[in-house]
Amino acid sequence: MTKNMIMGGLAVFVLAVLSPFWFNMVTTTQAAPEPELLGPAKEAKKCVLDTYDMRANHMSLLDEWRDAVVRDADRIYVSANGHAFNMSLSTGENSCLGCHEDKAKFCDACHTYTSVDPYCWECHTNPKEIE
Amino acid sequence: MEKSRRRFLKVAGIAAIGLGAAPAINFAASDSHGSGAAAKVKNETALHAERWGMVIDIKKIDDNLARKISLACHLHHNVPDFTHEVNTQLYPKTRPVNHKQEIKWIWKEEFHYAFPDKEDEFLNEKFHHLPFMVLCNHCKNAPCVQACPTQATFSREDGIVMMDYHRCIGCRFCMAACPYGSRSFNFRDPRPFIDETDPDFPTRSKGVVEKCNFCAERLAKGEQPHCVEASEGAIVVGDLEDPESDVRKLLKEHYTIRRKQSLGTEPSVYYIV
Repeated sequence: MTKNMIMGGLAVFVLAVLSPFWFNMVTTTQAAPEPELLGPAKEAKKCVLDTYDMRANHMSLLDEWRDAVVRDADRIYVSANGHAFNMSLSTGENSCLGCHEDKAKFCDACHTYTSVDPYCWECHTNPKEIE
Repeated sequence: MEKSRRRFLKVAGIAAIGLGAAPAINFAASDSHGSGAAAKVKNETALHAERWGMVIDIKKIDDNLARKISLACHLHHNVPDFTHEVNTQLYPKTRPVNHKQEIKWIWKEEFHYAFPDKEDEFLNEKFHHLPFMVLCNHCKNAPCVQACPTQATFSREDGIVMMDYHRCIGCRFCMAACPYGSRSFNFRDPRPFIDETDPDFPTRSKGVVEKCNFCAERLAKGEQPHCVEASEGAIVVGDLEDPESDVRKLLKEHYTIRRKQSLGTEPSVYYIV
């Protein structure tokens, strides 16, 4: 094999391996949507955890919550900031959807953007969607 | 003791690990969310019991009331009704229903099905027509709990046999183990068959077993179960372990029977006949 063939092959290989990066540089990417705070959530200005933690860990928080509610019958979460929350996705004013009224703008916007399809809504209902 | 350089280095190394570990452990144990620590607690108004039990006075229940009781329970727990006409616009691909796929939490049963071991050739005629309300018995020795491979069905400390729908894999071992037929399986998505969805309780999804939960969600708020509220005094729930409780008083005053007692499952539902 000649030196040229080897160098050519390497160049093709490098191009192929880095193709996702080239692709991203060429195509325009949409900015990640910001979850919109509406209604009571906007006024409350205090969530279960601080914003960064909530963004990073809300899924494990919800997982903890469902175990606490179903298995230990503990239903109130007193967070570190001293506020008490109803450990529920959608029931009552003090639940997730009770405060964040618009599921489409608050949950779905990000989930759709990141192609995450949580199966929570197969059983839990969004009170606003029930006619 | 011999003081070699090798030995000194060994001790120094171990000491260094100890010194390094303390701040690391403190850091891991510290709460990164600020002053206090988060806590999960029960509602202040929650009802408590050592062992929840139910007494059903069959003499006070007629067919009408029986229907009302089932309806109250099924409506508020989003139990699908397969006789309900499906909205074809919302759910266009819903197939017709097999009646064997029926789902129920509390329903009316005839005496000789509810109490097969108490059947008698010369049984008082009235027993054949009484509407016996049957439901999950929340047994002390629940066979379903033993059969469940994922612990989706479990006994709570207060005697309620609960379903954790999140963990149910739909193997239906619990259905085979339950001698009372108290469990139903969702062969299909139940949502098209729910007329009015109650937002306060989740629906179930396809492939999940479900059953009566003694209205654990209401007891946690300090409210009585739906069937008790609808029963006009015919059904009472309370603490079986508390001699002063309403259920124990009823058990003292009346002769009661339980379903399939000989199996040793220790059901917590009593019937005044």
